[in-house]
Amino acid sequence: MEKVLSWIDARFPMSAMYKEHLSEYFAPKNFNFWYYFGSLALLVLVIQIVTGIFLTMNYKPDANMAFASVEYIMRDVPFGWLIRYAHSTGASAFFIVVYLHMFRGLMYGSYRKPRELIWVFGCLIYLALMAEAFFGYLLPWGQMSYWGAQVIVNLFAAIPFVGEDLSIWIRGDYVVSDATLNRFFAFHVIALPLVLVGLIAAHVIALHEVGSNNPDGVEIKKLKDENGKPLDGIAFHPYYTVKDILGVVVFLIVFSAIMFFAPEMGGYFIEANNFIPADPFKTPEHIAPVWYFTPYYAILRAIPPMFGSQFPGVLAMGVAVLIFFALPWLDRSPVKSIRYKGPRFKIALALFVVAFIWLGVLGVLPVSPMRTLTAQILTAIYFAFFLLMPWYTKADATKPVPERVTE
Amino acid sequence: MSEMTVNQSKRRFLVTMTSAVGGVAAVGAAIPFVGSMLPSARALAAGAPVEVDLSKIEPGMLLTVEWRGKPVWIASRTPEMLALLDKHDDRLTDPNSEAAGQQPDYCKNATRSIKPEYMVVVGICTHLGCSPTYRKEIGPADLGVDWPGGWFCPCHGSRFDLAARVFSGSPAPTNLVVPPHKYLSESKVLIGEDQAA
Repeated sequence: MEKVLSWIDARFPMSAMYKEHLSEYFAPKNFNFWYYFGSLALLVLVIQIVTGIFLTMNYKPDANMAFASVEYIMRDVPFGWLIRYAHSTGASAFFIVVYLHMFRGLMYGSYRKPRELIWVFGCLIYLALMAEAFFGYLLPWGQMSYWGAQVIVNLFAAIPFVGEDLSIWIRGDYVVSDATLNRFFAFHVIALPLVLVGLIAAHVIALHEVGSNNPDGVEIKKLKDENGKPLDGIAFHPYYTVKDILGVVVFLIVFSAIMFFAPEMGGYFIEANNFIPADPFKTPEHIAPVWYFTPYYAILRAIPPMFGSQFPGVLAMGVAVLIFFALPWLDRSPVKSIRYKGPRFKIALALFVVAFIWLGVLGVLPVSPMRTLTAQILTAIYFAFFLLMPWYTKADATKPVPERVTE
Repeated sequence: MSEMTVNQSKRRFLVTMTSAVGGVAAVGAAIPFVGSMLPSARALAAGAPVEVDLSKIEPGMLLTVEWRGKPVWIASRTPEMLALLDKHDDRLTDPNSEAAGQQPDYCKNATRSIKPEYMVVVGICTHLGCSPTYRKEIGPADLGVDWPGGWFCPCHGSRFDLAARVFSGSPAPTNLVVPPHKYLSESKVLIGEDQAA
């Protein structure tokens, strides 16, 4: 055994990598509940890749066969229903886990120096994940798949001058058609998963380079013992692998409960209209994207057309997503963690969370003048959280940060 | 070897030129990939003009045909419908069809048509591409007593009159698009080709 290992190590740095990323990767000892979601995101990625591979074995990316092939998977393929529901539940679970993971970053200032690039890679992962989900949603070729794609691709048509040609190029046709379905399939099953895996590798490598943040926002690398091990650090393996396995168990209980008993989640995880085959001549009465896109959809609808173009709404929606990238440079607080930040930041973050969730609710509902006004106010709060951050974080009354992490 | 001096500026020049030429090659290699995503010859052929026989449309009825994969409506407007068209100009965003590109020049008139009795229009909402519903009845309960007949988009609530002009306050920024079309005879229209000026 020893000999085999040294034979490998002379040719591939296996032991060195094991030490660097697991047995001698020292993570702060004070991780709490919020630190489950990074490893859970990785678990969901694995679920999505494995179920996705098996779905591809029976799915047909053809406008005339796609809808029927999904029904075939659901009814005739042994365990097809299970694999399909695991994949559709996994899509929503991915966003739940990622949103909680991002919220953790917001709370504890995990995006602050020296972790800016971890945050930037994370934002890129979020973008790639949104694209992956969007492309995947067209594949069942139901009414909501079709019209959802129609609406989103037309967002690009609103871009001045090049928009119309750009949207034709994206669709490969004048409308969403077989050509569109085929290329979205290619993006969904090969292009974006490759991008995602690459970005996740970069995210983790950057994390292991600078070390994890923690709920106190204290740099554990500042204080080390005589062996160079951080005083407040514990080895990722076995301590956090064991902790994360507990998280996995609880997560899988919830995941299974949804997958077996409520895979459609009352029309939020799989929308009712998607059980009707795509019909280019009949728009469903009420189009709403899947829940994880609805905050941005509400922002899009909140901005009225200006100068005979609806580009401002599209721009606001795009900026609402991209503004997350700027966060490391917007926060001017002398402390990282919410534990030592003052009331201004706490109120701002609370308002932001309320605005994000409420916008998400409005994005599912049909429009009315009152709801549009509400969405406009919430959109203003959403952007104010980011754009006013340099001022309110600087003016905030912060508490002194301890030298070492608290118990 | 040791006697030879390294010509740094020559090296820099060669590295820069090699990188630049390599960059050009990369852009060139991207062209077929980007180009392959454009509409194929088959999709272009499916975008050919469509001939429609109008004699089967009864007055007041709507016929939907497919052109370039999009629904194109041909609404037969009765004299009563046409008489209502100029009664609500103040509630329209663009009553005189002034926005460019929304209709061919020969349809830039009060009824947005060549023949007033036939409205030819692409049935796709200018907001986000949904297909509005034909609601020709006047003043129904759900659309309000001042509804003069027209199209209502169920996605985001855009309203259009019977000349497919958008009502102010709708999410849609512009009137619905009138496609290029021409009459081949009294009762035959060709959609997708401009009429001779």
